[in-house]
Amino acid sequence: MTEPLLQVDSLRTTFGSGDRLVRAVDGVSFDIAPGETFALLGESGCGKSMTALSAMRLVPEPAGRISHGAIRLHGEDLLALPEVAMRDVRGRRIAMIFQEPMTSLNPVLTVGEQIGESLERHLGLRGGQRRRRVLALLDSVGIPDPARRFGEYPHQLSGGMKQRVMIAIALAGEPELLIADEPTTALDVTIQAQVLDLMRQLQKDMGMSILLITHDLGVVAEMADRVAVMYAGQIVEQASRESFFADPKHPYSRKLFESLPNMGKRGQRLAVIRGSVPSLATVFRGCRFVDRCDYAWEACREQAPVWTPLAAGQGVRCHLHDPARQPAPVAMAVAAAKTAVGDTPPPGDGEELLRVDGLKVHFPIHKGLLRRVANVVRAVDDVSFDIPAARTLALVGESGCGKTTAGKGILQLIPPTAGMVRFAGRELTALPARELRRQRGELQIIFQDPFSSMNPRMMITDIIEEGMVTQGIGDAAARAARVDRLLNQVGLSPELKHRYPHEFSGGQRQRICIARALAVEPRLIVCDEPTSALDVSVQAQILNLLKDLQDQLGLAFLFITHDLSVVEYLAHEVAVMYLGRIVEQGSVEEVLNNPLHPYTQALLAAVPSIEKSAEGVERKVLKVEGEMPSPVNPPSGCHFHPRCPLAMDVCRRDYPPQATVEGTHVTRCFLYKTQSEGPQSGA
Amino acid sequence: MTRHWKPLALLAALGLGLWWAPVKIVLLWTDALVFLLVGVLVAFVLYVRGKPHLRAPWGQVIRRPLAAASLVVLSAYVVVGLLDSVHFRERLAPQAGTAVDQDFYAVEVLSLLDLLTTPLRTRLEKSYSAPLAAHLYSKETVTLEDGSTTRLYPRLQYGGAHLDDPASERSADIAQRSLSALLLGLLAWATLVALWIAWLARRHRHGFRDELQAILRGQADLPWRSIFATLGVLILFIAFALKLGLAYHLLGTDKVGNDVLYLSLKSIRTGLVIGTLTTLIMLPFAVLLGIMAGYFRGWVDDVIQYIYTTLSSIPGVLLIAAAILSVQVYIANNPELFETVVERADLRLLFLCMILGITSWTGLCRLLRGETLKLREMEYIQAAQAFGVGHFKIISRHILPNVMHIVLISVVLDFSALVLAEAVLSYVGVGVDPSMVSWGNMINSARLEMAREPVVWWSLIAAFCFMFLLVLAANLFSDAVRDAFDPRTGRG
Repeated sequence: MTEPLLQVDSLRTTFGSGDRLVRAVDGVSFDIAPGETFALLGESGCGKSMTALSAMRLVPEPAGRISHGAIRLHGEDLLALPEVAMRDVRGRRIAMIFQEPMTSLNPVLTVGEQIGESLERHLGLRGGQRRRRVLALLDSVGIPDPARRFGEYPHQLSGGMKQRVMIAIALAGEPELLIADEPTTALDVTIQAQVLDLMRQLQKDMGMSILLITHDLGVVAEMADRVAVMYAGQIVEQASRESFFADPKHPYSRKLFESLPNMGKRGQRLAVIRGSVPSLATVFRGCRFVDRCDYAWEACREQAPVWTPLAAGQGVRCHLHDPARQPAPVAMAVAAAKTAVGDTPPPGDGEELLRVDGLKVHFPIHKGLLRRVANVVRAVDDVSFDIPAARTLALVGESGCGKTTAGKGILQLIPPTAGMVRFAGRELTALPARELRRQRGELQIIFQDPFSSMNPRMMITDIIEEGMVTQGIGDAAARAARVDRLLNQVGLSPELKHRYPHEFSGGQRQRICIARALAVEPRLIVCDEPTSALDVSVQAQILNLLKDLQDQLGLAFLFITHDLSVVEYLAHEVAVMYLGRIVEQGSVEEVLNNPLHPYTQALLAAVPSIEKSAEGVERKVLKVEGEMPSPVNPPSGCHFHPRCPLAMDVCRRDYPPQATVEGTHVTRCFLYKTQSEGPQSGA
Repeated sequence: MTRHWKPLALLAALGLGLWWAPVKIVLLWTDALVFLLVGVLVAFVLYVRGKPHLRAPWGQVIRRPLAAASLVVLSAYVVVGLLDSVHFRERLAPQAGTAVDQDFYAVEVLSLLDLLTTPLRTRLEKSYSAPLAAHLYSKETVTLEDGSTTRLYPRLQYGGAHLDDPASERSADIAQRSLSALLLGLLAWATLVALWIAWLARRHRHGFRDELQAILRGQADLPWRSIFATLGVLILFIAFALKLGLAYHLLGTDKVGNDVLYLSLKSIRTGLVIGTLTTLIMLPFAVLLGIMAGYFRGWVDDVIQYIYTTLSSIPGVLLIAAAILSVQVYIANNPELFETVVERADLRLLFLCMILGITSWTGLCRLLRGETLKLREMEYIQAAQAFGVGHFKIISRHILPNVMHIVLISVVLDFSALVLAEAVLSYVGVGVDPSMVSWGNMINSARLEMAREPVVWWSLIAAFCFMFLLVLAANLFSDAVRDAFDPRTGRG
């Protein structure tokens, strides 16, 4: 093995002191070879970002400090360097890009100045030389028309562009190591694919190493050469990508794979990891994963497992693989929880419940002194679908496509501009306010962010009860009893009902939100990205719960999401939205197995997938360039044509009519005609 | 309610006592409002006790040593202010020739504070005298026994009157009295602290020694060390006032011979009333209009924004001057409406509070509008709308509790600004009634004397010190409040 570029040796970073000592990083060791991509994988709060910050010596002092260990860059101990020398390392030899491109750029400096600053600091470039280098960098990160972008401010750029600028800044010092902290988490899948491609390309060109920090197994599968899994401040498994995806050793890694939803797991319950990540302030005696592990036995509680090297470069921190403890205990044969869900259809399956016809939600933009309507944001523009009882329709699209607005328009939380929303035979848009208020109990919503969807000043019982009080359900005693029952139903103890929201974890809060929605006995729930703020293992718990509720209560879901793996797992029907309109619609098998619209194809291709990489198959070629245009000023003709690799002349002129391809599979693309004869021209 | 019978009984006893005493209670407008405010405060405290999410930050406030010390100082001010807010008129002894069944009351309206500080109030000198002086500050022509006249510093009527030869005895007397004041103060402090610790020890079921050690090491539940230290300083001040203030004029006398210490103490109420009542008056406007503008948006927002931008673009002093002058004219034209001078001054004070309130609600209103605009997009508000909860309920259950921290912070911050504003306005001449004792009036009357030689400095310094202490304590306290309620400190 060549000499490593970066060596991290039993690093320990702590926060606070005394009883409240938080060991954010607790004895982490790894090496990164030159030119290699090393991925740190873990759920939120496991210490992976803090590891990266420690490597840069950017731990926020005095709250936190690196209390132990060594970080060596080419054998030179970074922890021993004075701060002045460290400043030459940062940006020059190690550069970092952050998760949130919106806040990582200074809004009052132009893009050119921000990149130039780094060039001047590290390479001493000035004047015309500096400008030329900035333009070259902008060009190399794939920003079109660099000369114009040079003088623009961050707010004039889209999210993907900003992340490219961030990468350009990081590359300005020509670093040997690039630390990328969740570089694509805030981006849409199609943009994520572009950024990941860019990073791969740059790595090839410049030969730098990348320390990639992520929670997304798909991204790891696409990018990494080697993988380390972090859990509660420690690395629990380290392996090459191939062996990690072929045979993960640590029970935690295995569980992560099992809890990923996908098509193959439809109709089954997802494996869940019990409980939640332990607080890093606890003093651990045994294994940190013991409370959530299916294989745990007494030794796991009493003694912390040591690092066990396995095959070349692979290692694991688990008693199961410790040769000193062989043979493994019998108890480990735990069957994966693959209890098939009964085939009996849930109550009321198939009845018509919600019919949305030609729904439009437009937001006027006022301008001038008299506040004339200068323009209109067509957030939702002519959307039609229906949801039968006890079925799930997934509304899929990237951020800004109007899917959330559509959901709120259906609930009449935002008054629709036009169109019909018939719910159980009643036209919601025409109901007078009083009637509508009474109707509201039947339609509920679960929000994306479990932290902002509950009033922090109210107790859980009051939160759940609120809807019942408003809808006049039961008397005080009946309501109290129902709160208990609901909490049980969503898997929480009723004893918790006198607590406040901040005392719960994200997953628990989402359960409470579900209980709150269920309290008024709805028949349809709009789920607005209910799992996208949660970790994979917690996501599995919530998805299982939603599925159970549908089976038991015959609930219909309008599931708004950008995550296609969740759609595969949960939905019956799919509608793909682009810029306020549905471009493709059909049953989940029809759409996902045989995507017709180029956008759907691109969306599916962009999802980083474990299977594809594991099989070594090259990614499908259909990639889209650019980003979604603004709904204020949609392109003429087909909205997708500027990004579509298959665009024809007719696409620029007219919006394509609806084409029913087969069965319920409908798309809006000139490539297809209503007769089931497939593509007109070679796609 | 059973838990709160003790203070209620105390209040009832006090009321009864005042009822039977040979006095006539005078309830001034500001008194009524002050007691209303106290009631609201007590209700708020009781409410906070039942809400962990409110109790936690307040606990955090009180556990800060500096904030706890400030609270002690503020409480001392509040006690003085409240004592000064119970007004009455004494019954005069029946005089010959009047009907027996008819009571006559003195023209002078007194307060409990006046009663407590009677010696300070009644010992009027002729004119200026320096702190702890035995003579007047300026020479006067005095006719001697033999008929000749001479110019000398006359002896004060009360200050140092017990001395035979002030020139030789005064220093020793002051030193001796200071020493005994120090001893008395320390003794009183030690006794109080010992009793307090004993009470704490009993409550926590520790030994006295354990409790004492915990407090000394700063491991107790509250920063008792700083609380006791502040208390010690206060007690020492009281001891000095008792020992020295009764024999001399501790802070000198003003132009008409009033004891400056007495004036400073009387000013506390004026300052507090302005600081708190103004807020009380402006709060409903600011909260209601701010939340309505943010929540309903549209034309409601337009109207409210229009009002407050208009109002805040008129110079505040101009509005205040206009309002105060018209009130003054009204008072002058309708003398029959007021039985006493105090009532007249009180009306003017009330109007000053109102007009200050009217000119100062816009800032908070704007803040609340912004916050409500943010909150109304929160998902829990939308969830409530999805349940069909009405607007009023959403505002009162979901928005109001979540903007309370802003209200609180701005109220505490505004307080000190208003106390200072009073001083400035009185100085300009549009403040409180000239007959009302206030720091502003003290400064205003001391202003002219700053130019004379030797300079008369004590009125100004006394007013400055009392005001400074109050504002400093309020600012330190509000800093702690702001920190505790700042969402960025990481509590949800």
